[in-house]
Amino acid sequence: MPTAPRGVGNLRGEEGFPAAARTALADPQLRRNLGHATRTIRAKRASVVAEVPDWQELRAAGAAIKDDVLARLPELLVQLEEQVTARGGTVHWARDAAEANAIVTRLVQATGADEVVKVKSMATQEIGLNEALEAAGIAAWETDLAELIVQLGHDKPSHILVPAIHRNRAEIREIFLREMGKVGRPAPEGLTDEPRALAEAARLHLRRKFLSARVAVSGANFAVADSGTLAVVESEGNGRMCLTLPQTLITVMGIEKLVPTWQDLEVFLQLLPRSSTGERMNPYTSLWTGVTPGDGPQEFHLVLLDNGRTATLADPEGRAALRCIRCSACLNVCPVYERTGGHAYGSVYPGPIGAVLSPQLTGVEDNATLPYASTLCGACFDACPVAIDIPTMLVHLRNRVTEAKEAHGPLPGAEATAMRAAAFAMSDRRRWTLALRSAKLGRLLGRDGRIAAVPPPLTRWTRTRDLPVPPPESFRDWWVREHGGRS
Amino acid sequence: MRIGLEATCLVDGMFPQVGRATVRLLERLGHEVVFPLEQSCCGQMHINTGYGRFALPLVRRYADAFADVDAVVVPSGSCAGSVRHQHAALARAAGDEGLARAAKEVAARTYELSELLVDVLGLADVGAYYPHRVTYHPTCHSLRVLRVGEKPLRLLRNVEALDLVELPEAESCCGFGGTFALKNPDVSAAMLADKMRHVLSTRADVCTAGDSSCLMHIGGGLGRLSTGVRTVHLAEILASTKDDAESGATHATGTAQGVAS
Ligand code: SF4
Repeated sequence: MPTAPRGVGNLRGEEGFPAAARTALADPQLRRNLGHATRTIRAKRASVVAEVPDWQELRAAGAAIKDDVLARLPELLVQLEEQVTARGGTVHWARDAAEANAIVTRLVQATGADEVVKVKSMATQEIGLNEALEAAGIAAWETDLAELIVQLGHDKPSHILVPAIHRNRAEIREIFLREMGKVGRPAPEGLTDEPRALAEAARLHLRRKFLSARVAVSGANFAVADSGTLAVVESEGNGRMCLTLPQTLITVMGIEKLVPTWQDLEVFLQLLPRSSTGERMNPYTSLWTGVTPGDGPQEFHLVLLDNGRTATLADPEGRAALRCIRCSACLNVCPVYERTGGHAYGSVYPGPIGAVLSPQLTGVEDNATLPYASTLCGACFDACPVAIDIPTMLVHLRNRVTEAKEAHGPLPGAEATAMRAAAFAMSDRRRWTLALRSAKLGRLLGRDGRIAAVPPPLTRWTRTRDLPVPPPESFRDWWVREHGGRS
Repeated sequence: MRIGLEATCLVDGMFPQVGRATVRLLERLGHEVVFPLEQSCCGQMHINTGYGRFALPLVRRYADAFADVDAVVVPSGSCAGSVRHQHAALARAAGDEGLARAAKEVAARTYELSELLVDVLGLADVGAYYPHRVTYHPTCHSLRVLRVGEKPLRLLRNVEALDLVELPEAESCCGFGGTFALKNPDVSAAMLADKMRHVLSTRADVCTAGDSSCLMHIGGGLGRLSTGVRTVHLAEILASTKDDAESGATHATGTAQGVAS
């Protein structure tokens, strides 16, 4: 099964998670920004979720609908294609990022336009569409406020919902003052870092783009198979401008974004806003079905993107990752994400969902450190509105990483050796008893009842922690001494 | 009741006082405790690090060792969680349906300490005496895999002379995560730093939990900083009695876990 190709898109980092995390941890400002933002949104989400008496039933319904979609994906996709086509839209199938980029580029070129406005979309980030358009001489303008901040800052998004979560107001003001004028209407003179002033600057800057653009590119939160309807939910309304003003609308959508019927939307329109922004309802919900003569875009293209999703679907233990509705609740509750931010994950999908989704889309060998970027604390599972058991899936993917390594020959490294040795000792009573006795050797290293430095690979542990000294007598030796042969 | 003790590899080798306290407590409550010497480790470390295959013999040993007891007690939330949620699945994935059945059966009789005391033995007051200011860290696996909820707190509230103080942001992970602490040492240390800050803010002299591994991590950090705060397993607190305190027995106050006191 083909996975997402290398060399295109944003699913792979340049370095592994531990190294990238170190960079993030060394930035105290970043940690403050992240800690503050995630704490705030966690509290907001918790309170609006607590209001809903049947939240657990809603979660179960969301999970069941998505599982049904995954079980019937080919059939539902064909139904969606028929409906979209019948309503005057055109459907394109893209096997991977490279194909999707080529299709969109060709469609934009056919309109003669050299710029597009964009609705915030994870799918287009995933495939690196902006870079591909730029290479073809087409400018892509992000219109979501946080996405605009990232774009103007020549930065990468670090959160699914709030791509600029790692930035504070002062930094944003600087970016606006420095960059806006280079690509359009400059920021007003005397701009302050008040949220209202920053938003107004963005509004004025973006208005020009909205009014001049003839082509818009969006993603989709949902697509309804039985009516061919596409849905985008948002907070700011900028997406709605893109979805209604231009002549041509091109939507890039991962094939798992389907729901079978219009009625199923009801469940997700309750789950999504409460989980993501901590709002009872999102301020803007845009729904469109094909084209309507004289109203809105007169040309509509839907690009259905695989890019490793079919490969993910093929793994029964991993496919539930495709239930994800990109609410980002798992990021905000994750203690690892809170310390490292999104860039450490190297993919547009950071945090717990990124740790299970990215390695599946790319193949585990290309993102082999991500399944280990978790303590398996389980907070993500509890928060997930479609009940993806991320911890169990992480464990499954760790096993797949080991298997993938094994495919190249005997497992290398100190870790595999230690694991093998431990399993060997533990699976025989006599060996295990002896192993526990020899652990007493550790006493030679310890002073004052603690070990402050040990040989590798434990050195990294003792950099910040003392290891306890093994006791003179193991529990089992005590038991035998006290209870004799009774076992 | 005939109760089998799964000491866990960490308790057996590093924190035998936790195993001894568990035995003392259950025997004081009038139960027979057995320790099948065939046992070794629940296999969690292997499973969670991606070496599930290596753990299969350990799953079998566990099922065999505890085949004939009424209940199994594990003084570790994460090991009890592994037995309950991973053992049968691992056997099934390996195509061993017989072992999967046996694993499922023994898992249904396996309890973490507070579950055994409250749910099975119907106790909230175990007659313990522990004159210290104590804060409780609800380890992630007890909290979210086993869902022990308030049980450990109910037990602690009934300990005579114990001053229980609430831990701020108690439910956030301490950053141990088994081999996570080795694979991602910097993130782990950052999480630990916050946990220690919260523990110190309570001004408790003892931090307790139901898992020796998390206590080893937290205690190791607190020891490095010479904070004077000790980490003591829940079993040691519940096993302590007034007699112990008066006779000055060494086990009365438990032994610090992270660093020997
Ligand atoms: S995995 Fe669940 S919690 Fe995380 S983004 Fe997806 S739907 Fe939201």
